[in-house]
Amino acid sequence: MRYLPLTDTDRQDMLSVIGASSIDDLFVDVPAEARLTGTIAGLPDHASELAVERHMGALARKNLSAGEAPFFLGAGAYKHHVPASVDHLIQRGEFLTAYTPYQPEIAQGTLQVLFEFQTQVARLLGVDVANASMYDGSTACWEAIGMARRITKRGKALLSSGLHPHYVSVANTMAKFTGDALVHEAPTLDAATDIDALIASIDKDTSCVVVQYPDILGRIADLTPLADAAHAAGALLVAVVTEPVALGAIKAPGHMGADIVVGEGQSIGVGLQFGGPYLGLFGCKQKYVRQMPGRLCGETVDAAGKRGFVLTLSTREQHIRREKATSNICTNSGLCALAFSIHMTLLGERGLRELATLNHGLAVQAADRLAKVPGVTLLNDSFFNEFTLVLTKDARDVVRTLADRGILAGVSLGRLFPDAPAIGNGLVVAVTETVTPEDIEILAAALEEELA
Amino acid sequence: MSMLKEGRPTTPQAVEDAHMAPATATGNRALMLEEKLIFEIGSTDTTGVDFAEAPKVASRLGSLARTDSLGLPGLSEQETVRHYTRLSRQNYAIDLGLFPLGSCTMKHNPRLNEKVARMPGFADIHPLQPQSTVQGALAVIHELAAWLVTLTGMHSVAMSPKAGAHGELCGLLAIRAALEARGDARSVVLVPESAHGTNPATAAFCGYKVEDIPATAEGRVDLEALKARLGPDVAAVMITNPNTCGLFERDMKTISDAVHAAGAFVYCDGANFNAIVGRVRPGDLGVDAMHINLHKTFSTPHGGGGPGSGPVVLSEALTPFAPLPFVEKQGDKFVLVEEETAEDHHAQTFGRMVAFHGQMGMFTRALTYILSHGADGLRQVASDAVLNANYILRSLDDVLDAPFGPSGPCMHEALFSDKGLAEGFTTLDIAKGLIDEGFHPMTMYFPLVVHGAMLVEPTETESKAALDQFIMALRSLAERAKAGDELLKGAPYHAPRRRLDETLAARKPVLTWTEPALAQAAE
Amino acid sequence: MSRYFTDEHEWIDVEGEIATVGITDYAQEQLGDIVFVELPAEGTTFEKGDDAAVVESVKAASDVYAPISGEVVEANGALEDEPALVNSDAEEDGWFFKLRIADTSELDGLMTEAAYKKFVASL
Repeated sequence: MRYLPLTDTDRQDMLSVIGASSIDDLFVDVPAEARLTGTIAGLPDHASELAVERHMGALARKNLSAGEAPFFLGAGAYKHHVPASVDHLIQRGEFLTAYTPYQPEIAQGTLQVLFEFQTQVARLLGVDVANASMYDGSTACWEAIGMARRITKRGKALLSSGLHPHYVSVANTMAKFTGDALVHEAPTLDAATDIDALIASIDKDTSCVVVQYPDILGRIADLTPLADAAHAAGALLVAVVTEPVALGAIKAPGHMGADIVVGEGQSIGVGLQFGGPYLGLFGCKQKYVRQMPGRLCGETVDAAGKRGFVLTLSTREQHIRREKATSNICTNSGLCALAFSIHMTLLGERGLRELATLNHGLAVQAADRLAKVPGVTLLNDSFFNEFTLVLTKDARDVVRTLADRGILAGVSLGRLFPDAPAIGNGLVVAVTETVTPEDIEILAAALEEELA
Repeated sequence: MSMLKEGRPTTPQAVEDAHMAPATATGNRALMLEEKLIFEIGSTDTTGVDFAEAPKVASRLGSLARTDSLGLPGLSEQETVRHYTRLSRQNYAIDLGLFPLGSCTMKHNPRLNEKVARMPGFADIHPLQPQSTVQGALAVIHELAAWLVTLTGMHSVAMSPKAGAHGELCGLLAIRAALEARGDARSVVLVPESAHGTNPATAAFCGYKVEDIPATAEGRVDLEALKARLGPDVAAVMITNPNTCGLFERDMKTISDAVHAAGAFVYCDGANFNAIVGRVRPGDLGVDAMHINLHKTFSTPHGGGGPGSGPVVLSEALTPFAPLPFVEKQGDKFVLVEEETAEDHHAQTFGRMVAFHGQMGMFTRALTYILSHGADGLRQVASDAVLNANYILRSLDDVLDAPFGPSGPCMHEALFSDKGLAEGFTTLDIAKGLIDEGFHPMTMYFPLVVHGAMLVEPTETESKAALDQFIMALRSLAERAKAGDELLKGAPYHAPRRRLDETLAARKPVLTWTEPALAQAAE
Repeated sequence: MSRYFTDEHEWIDVEGEIATVGITDYAQEQLGDIVFVELPAEGTTFEKGDDAAVVESVKAASDVYAPISGEVVEANGALEDEPALVNSDAEEDGWFFKLRIADTSELDGLMTEAAYKKFVASL
């Protein structure tokens, strides 16, 4: 019990100060029938650091990690190289073991990081303001739909077929209980996005249109006409970015008229981690800031006139507004925001652009090479670092077979859209800076064998 | 003799008054370094990262290439390391000292947890990899789930909620789905006045009307008032146990029985599970759903405000409605049950709450912590957490008002009020005084049912020596506040910043940095 | 013109069919530094007792209820830029909104200044 510092002598001394004869005396308010007299049966007792590390290490080794295989998965989570200094810095105890900065005099480190993070995110997304992070992209997306309802006082949201299906599922779960009407269909295997169809569907009941950019099939399209159409009908445009590295190469959604831009920040600094913790990004136009969910950090001065930072506009939040809060969110993803911010600072604009250019270049090479494989068609006209291949057979089987050969080939549309068998031959392939030309050749060769 | 000609004074000269320390040209104070914003010290042309040259290809970005400047400054690696190292030193943290934030369970974060979470087999796997390639990860989720179910005496656990409030949402959504499944539309959720703000916010979010349950003079739920309010419109009662006054809800089982008899469900806010882990199973108290903050009881780091993780244990009645996805063991294989496979045997699920499977990085840490402690160690965790809190309560109740002191022992946190402080002195003054004494302040002004509340939660990982020093500091501050020591109102004096102007921040919000020239032009 | 008060700490000036509504000096003192006021849009109609506005200090948000039924004809735009007006001049320049009175009989239940003073003293 290496983490428990009290000795038995300490315990006795303390009990005598309290005036109790035993620890059990301190639990007198627990009804006798609910008091456990000994340790819970069927569970092991404490273990040494070495023993625990062995056990966990054995479990870890049963997984095929992304770095061990040719790796092409994306669809909302991306493998990027994270510089060594990022992980070193987030492990400083002053960041790792601090709480939410409610006492600003001794939390300026966290607060200044959040202020810098908010600015970095706002600039990346092309919006006026951003919050100090949400749980992840999917929950940020739902929060944006709820925010659009509060602003427009309308309850129908149009979700693009190119929106990540898990984000759609999350929104559907919540909408069942809030009464929002969500309009959504699975995508079809077309090179063009569904922007024209979305524009045609906007009406006077529409609170917002939610569109992913680049979308789940890797397609990109100018959002300006959609923003104009939404605004003309009194609706908002919500843009969702699951691969923020893309914004080092392509126009920011905020600059194309999106009112709220949310995203998944995992790509920058955070790592794959089997799905979490991730980092919800949330930005919007200045005029909507008081309807924004989540924590916000703002600049101010201290009693001596020095610049400092505090959490602000907290009257929107649950601990003050209780049942009238903009959201029930309390915890954010502070440490992931720190990792994102450090990685972004290391990159800077120059590094981010180089990273994006490298991703795009490798992706174009890979797409052209894989399209030459007999039985493979490239769906996309345009893309950033992710594209969809249409195979001559169910992609789900191909992915499983290739995994058995040690190749992580991509994400099959059958896994993402089990209810849409018509697109089951689609395979979404992501190519980041971690992919080598050899990896591309291995995948091409394996696909060729598999589809022969 | 040969003489070193440049000898220097090695005995300090007495200084009249330390406060006469001259201002420095830089604003730095030796090890305490002021640090500007990255936007002030970086440039968009600087980078701390090198990349291979990109292949020359024809762009497939269509007409969408980003041509504007992003305005994102970069720093070299050394500048980056310094920037964040300097900022880190302006933070208080558990690694520095006692962090007695009531209701937050700021315990030691063992470093083995960090090491394990960073094993490539956990840190570097994609959530959508074929299940055959992530059997170890699914095993971790399954093993942690088994621990949580056994420790709480419940039927099942939903692992995907991202934090405590998200877990509350999960619990209430399951309750609502269960009620709808039996065609029973109910509209009201009862929440005690002393509850965390997330409780009413969550209930409202799920479309319920929130009504308060009053507390008794001794700080517990008023059982009779609760019973009188129960009826066919009540969907659930949300109770925190141990409650936010630091007391165990003695009548919990009676409450649960009454709630069940009225056809409603019991949601327990498990934020304070640390007080009872290994000693009481919520399942034995009739709880239907309870979230467990892995970042509290099971020591995953708070990270300056997150990430958290909030698995929700469920009773048998709510289990069919649990969210997707979840892990099942089928033979010797672990299977992730998602939308595609749920229909066979989990048709009543209320759906998905997050994109992937939850906070895997927190699961590995929490399981590591649990295995380190084992069943015997976890029981000792609760014992020592409660002992430490009672030690603080009884060591200070002569100088600070303990409103529920006479109610009996507290659980894992000690609650004081501002009663008896000199005119014009507040809880805030004591909290800021603690900063100068080298401690993080306690939770202040919560719970709302106590005037000027100070909620102290030491946790089990503090030694007696650390507690004694904290008690000495808080005693001194209480005495100063009672004596009306005006200097206390200026505290903190020794922190990186003095008290900050929150009014200014809220009246004229500055939420992002603007280049001074642009900011000026805008005015 | 006559001035009325409510036990929710609002004041109402009545001039013809128009009522000007604000919060009392006592209320602003209790709330502390006001940082934001959310005002109703012109044309909104309220029943007596509806949530009509929100007034926020750093750590608290309070709803302001419609003291009588009516339609909003004007909101005090000055408060958007300078919420501190509520602190410095709660009962004049710090007014919140003007209502076209729907039912003058609702005024009968309100307090006079003297009654309100007595009410506050009893708190």
